[in-house]
Amino acid sequence: MSEAILSIDDLTIDLPAGADRPHAVENVSFDLNKGEILCVVGESGSGKSMTANALMGLLPDGVTVGKGRAMFDGVDVLTLSEVRKQAMRGARIGMIFQEPMTALNPLMRIGDQIAEVFAAHDLYSKAERRARALALVKEVGLPDPDKIIRAYPFQLSGGQRQRAMIAMALALEPEILIADEPTTALDVTTQAQILRLIIALRDDRGMAVMFITHDFGVVAEIADRVIVMRYGQIVESGMAQQVLEAPQHGYTRALLDAIPTGRVPELNAIDAAPALEIRHLNKVYRTGGGPFRAAREVKAVNDVSLTIAKGEVVGLVGESGSGKSTLGRAVVRLVTPDSGQVLVGGVDMAALDASELRKQRHRVQMVFQDPYASLNPRHRILRSLSDGPIAKGVPKEQARKRALELLEIVGLGADAATRFPHEFSGGQRQRIGIARALAMDPELIIADEAVSALDVSIQAQVLELLAELRRKMGLSILFITHDLRVAAQVCDRIAVMQHGRLVEVGAVRDVFHAPKEAYTKELLAAVPGAGWTSDKEDITA
Amino acid sequence: MSLVTTILGRLIKAVITLLAIAVLNFFLIHAAPGDPAAVLAGEAGAADPLFIAQLRERFGLDQPLYVQLWSYVKNVLTLDLGYSFRQGMPVYDLIADRLPATLLLTLSAFIISLTLGIAFGVAAAARVGKVSDSFLTTLALLFYATPLYWAALMAVLVFSVQLGWLPGFGYETVGSGYTGLARAWDILQHLILPALTLGLFFMAVYMRMTRASMLEVSQMDFVKTARAKGLSEHIIRRRHILRNALLPVVTLAGLQAGQLIGGAVLTETVFAWPGIGRLMFESLEARDYNTILGVFLVSAAMVILFNILTDIVYRLVDPRIGAKT
Amino acid sequence: MTFWKRFATNRGAVIGLIILIAVIIIAVLAPVIYPGGPWKMVQRPFLVPFTTEGLPLGTDTLGRNVAAGLVHGARVSLLVGLVSTVMALLIGVPLGALAGFYGGYVDEGAMRFTEFFQTIPNFALAIVLVAILQPTLGSITLAIAIVSWPPVARLVRAEVMSLKRREFVEAAHLAGLSNTRILVSEVLPNAVSPIIVMASLMVATAILLESSLSFLGLGDPNIMSWGYMIGAARTVIRSAWWLSFFPGVAILITVLALNLIGEGLNDAFNPHLKKGRT
Repeated sequence: MSEAILSIDDLTIDLPAGADRPHAVENVSFDLNKGEILCVVGESGSGKSMTANALMGLLPDGVTVGKGRAMFDGVDVLTLSEVRKQAMRGARIGMIFQEPMTALNPLMRIGDQIAEVFAAHDLYSKAERRARALALVKEVGLPDPDKIIRAYPFQLSGGQRQRAMIAMALALEPEILIADEPTTALDVTTQAQILRLIIALRDDRGMAVMFITHDFGVVAEIADRVIVMRYGQIVESGMAQQVLEAPQHGYTRALLDAIPTGRVPELNAIDAAPALEIRHLNKVYRTGGGPFRAAREVKAVNDVSLTIAKGEVVGLVGESGSGKSTLGRAVVRLVTPDSGQVLVGGVDMAALDASELRKQRHRVQMVFQDPYASLNPRHRILRSLSDGPIAKGVPKEQARKRALELLEIVGLGADAATRFPHEFSGGQRQRIGIARALAMDPELIIADEAVSALDVSIQAQVLELLAELRRKMGLSILFITHDLRVAAQVCDRIAVMQHGRLVEVGAVRDVFHAPKEAYTKELLAAVPGAGWTSDKEDITA
Repeated sequence: MSLVTTILGRLIKAVITLLAIAVLNFFLIHAAPGDPAAVLAGEAGAADPLFIAQLRERFGLDQPLYVQLWSYVKNVLTLDLGYSFRQGMPVYDLIADRLPATLLLTLSAFIISLTLGIAFGVAAAARVGKVSDSFLTTLALLFYATPLYWAALMAVLVFSVQLGWLPGFGYETVGSGYTGLARAWDILQHLILPALTLGLFFMAVYMRMTRASMLEVSQMDFVKTARAKGLSEHIIRRRHILRNALLPVVTLAGLQAGQLIGGAVLTETVFAWPGIGRLMFESLEARDYNTILGVFLVSAAMVILFNILTDIVYRLVDPRIGAKT
Repeated sequence: MTFWKRFATNRGAVIGLIILIAVIIIAVLAPVIYPGGPWKMVQRPFLVPFTTEGLPLGTDTLGRNVAAGLVHGARVSLLVGLVSTVMALLIGVPLGALAGFYGGYVDEGAMRFTEFFQTIPNFALAIVLVAILQPTLGSITLAIAIVSWPPVARLVRAEVMSLKRREFVEAAHLAGLSNTRILVSEVLPNAVSPIIVMASLMVATAILLESSLSFLGLGDPNIMSWGYMIGAARTVIRSAWWLSFFPGVAILITVLALNLIGEGLNDAFNPHLKKGRT
């Protein structure tokens, strides 16, 4: 049995009065062992982050520890004085956060922010702090360390910033590292690198890692042990393999089932007629530029051609900055391409003038990413669903009747029509978004990261709805996503995009089993838990 | 973009703005009811038709409008702001004579308001929700709502008339014959009340901004990072929160420069401070439009210069601006 | 919680609202309270406050009733404050909305124009405008509107720019709605709350501006105003302090009330900002 370095016993964290529940965390007990990576998994609101913040003494205002102990090296860290907590933070327990873009002080050089950790604990001379900062920057694998320590955060990419954060957290060789969703905001390939870095550092230093995540793929990738939380309580814990392969609790099973796997759906019979033909599409973004300097050019879409047949679902995958969103927005003409054609039902959307475009808009509709921004907060749902059809010329009564039907179809019920968006949850709003797109009777739907903002169980429900609608209505969909597992689940074909170009297009089965391009292979390898899901579902069969 | 090209760009913009103001001035003269010549002459020439006729010829007022505009703008570019018939002096000389006093007053007020405003703002944010915070915010709210000229009058009434602590009138003791340090001390005593009253309103503005900005920045992720490093609250506040919180205050300070000049008109009027604000007031009473417009132009130039300075300060504080490649 | 309930939890805002309503009632009823008007000489000059029956605030240099001046002065303060703010909104909202919505050259042009007006010291411009156009109620209101609209334009532009990238606005484009309709029915209604907050603060600033102009002698000579009363009493401050004191307090209280209301509205519109995010 390994040795527990941190023992949490019956921890309860109270939320301020007026919150939706009395406790963020309730009666939680677990051990963190020396040298292990413990994953705390749960959906939003499960209390996993609150637990971590309580250990660090960083609970938000109004949130307090109700009862319980957290014994670390013979003392209860929950009851330490503020001064002793300060001495402990950074030195004995390090922490990294989710948003690398905002977690660094924008006005301070990276080297200074690392050296500050030493200064905070009164260690070393100025020169030595700098030397150690440099060594840390090297250790976390940042390129060109001499330059990096003089750089400001805005000059670094997201992955680089997260490495810098890790360097800070590890500066004083803490015995415990708390990582709060550290890879959630990163692209898959960057995520894979950071995960490998964390494992390597754990192996070198023998520190214990408490890794908070919502992603079972990540769990499969790095966890030694797992704790599953829900509504502030632990529902299941155990060794990683055991939890992943033989989950005991219904909630864990539901979560695991909800994860899109590498399972490839059966090929649908595809109508040969194209719903969408993209021909040699180009879009260049010019930023900056002025009387004294040249503009910077980014080829967001670079000579892309792609066809989607009627009734087909094509996944467009790529990392952030690959141009996949620009391509999708060019198809609906929210972005006007520089050259090339976008043929939908024989009409070139890219060539229409403003007034003609308005008449043809209904041909392509979009389901958006952010359920909280995609509905006008001041309009009732009925209006959001019927304004478009009415503008298109559908008689008012008919448009309203259809809106009510669609609300039934997406599983909300017609009484949703008279309510306002704020009365719905994220998943429900996404259903409304789908109904709105369908209300226009489009020939093609663009789903732009349509399930990315949702918790995994909600994600599964929305994907299920899309699959069902597609079966019933024969929809043609361009499904844009950064998540290969999601793409594999709902798409017939997959198009991989990188730096504005389509690098590979093919049937899901072919792309997953026999990727031709190096970049596709890299992407597939980076999917967290790829080995585990393929064992489980055998996508290579 | 380097600092030099930025400043160059800003200077070009400044010249364009000043030209536009000159054009605006020109059209204002022509928009005024009555004869432009009479407007230019002010009350000095109101009664004398011969004098007006002379003026008309001298300023080419019988020529087409665009010719007049061109010569007006040309004059402004050569710093010829016209002639004050009331004072019997070129407007440029009048303003140049009065400008140092205004600069002394506005810069003192600016420094006072900025330092006190930031200090009180930081103090209030650190004690948010406590009695001292409520006290400071209420005080700021009061200053913010107080008419500047009225505060000036009340200051004269209390500190000069009633208590006799400080002089409430003028720039220095007339006929005292002070020189050197004694004179500086004398001027300083005269400066205190006007600078404080002018600074009061702006202090309230900067304090509210600093407080709000401190509270906003203290919610940001990097502050949590700083805590996780084990930094003390004091260092977090000074090094992480304050520096970031000051950025919007600097922006605001730049935008407020124009207000400061406006405030100087009122303060100088009450304290008989011999600056361009007082000159503007005197010219209003004398209907000396040429001088009013001259002061207007010069005050705009001061604001533009000040904006360029705050721009430079901003660039020095924030590495993100101008460093993008 | 409804909007009004949230507003009502802010004690300062409620006090401000009560004060403002009181000032409005006084302004409306001024001809009833002092039917003789503010200009009439009622007694000998320089009567000290609280000494003479019917003249609670004493008399001024010409023997006019100070209290009557205050009551009638409320009318011009509120009127100029309100009308100039409405005018400034009429300039600033469309300009900012068009600049933010259409972007590109429209934005460039509109913002250069706004920047120009923001660079000019606004009180100095107001002085010049009123001096040259001759002081009347109309020219004063116009001048204040002209110097007050740039912040409105900038605010509306920023709001519209952020709103137009919101997905519901893009969805409206995809629904085939016209640009005008999207701007008017999708974008602007969502920008109303910050505009209302700003407007309430602008009325306060306009009242201060009007009183400052009147103080300098640039008020409408036919209308009694608080600023004029202080300006006229400036030279006799040593002997008759109350002549400048009471009008100043009246301005202070009115402006304070409006600022309190503005803050209350802001808190009520953005409930999450006040509590601090969790």
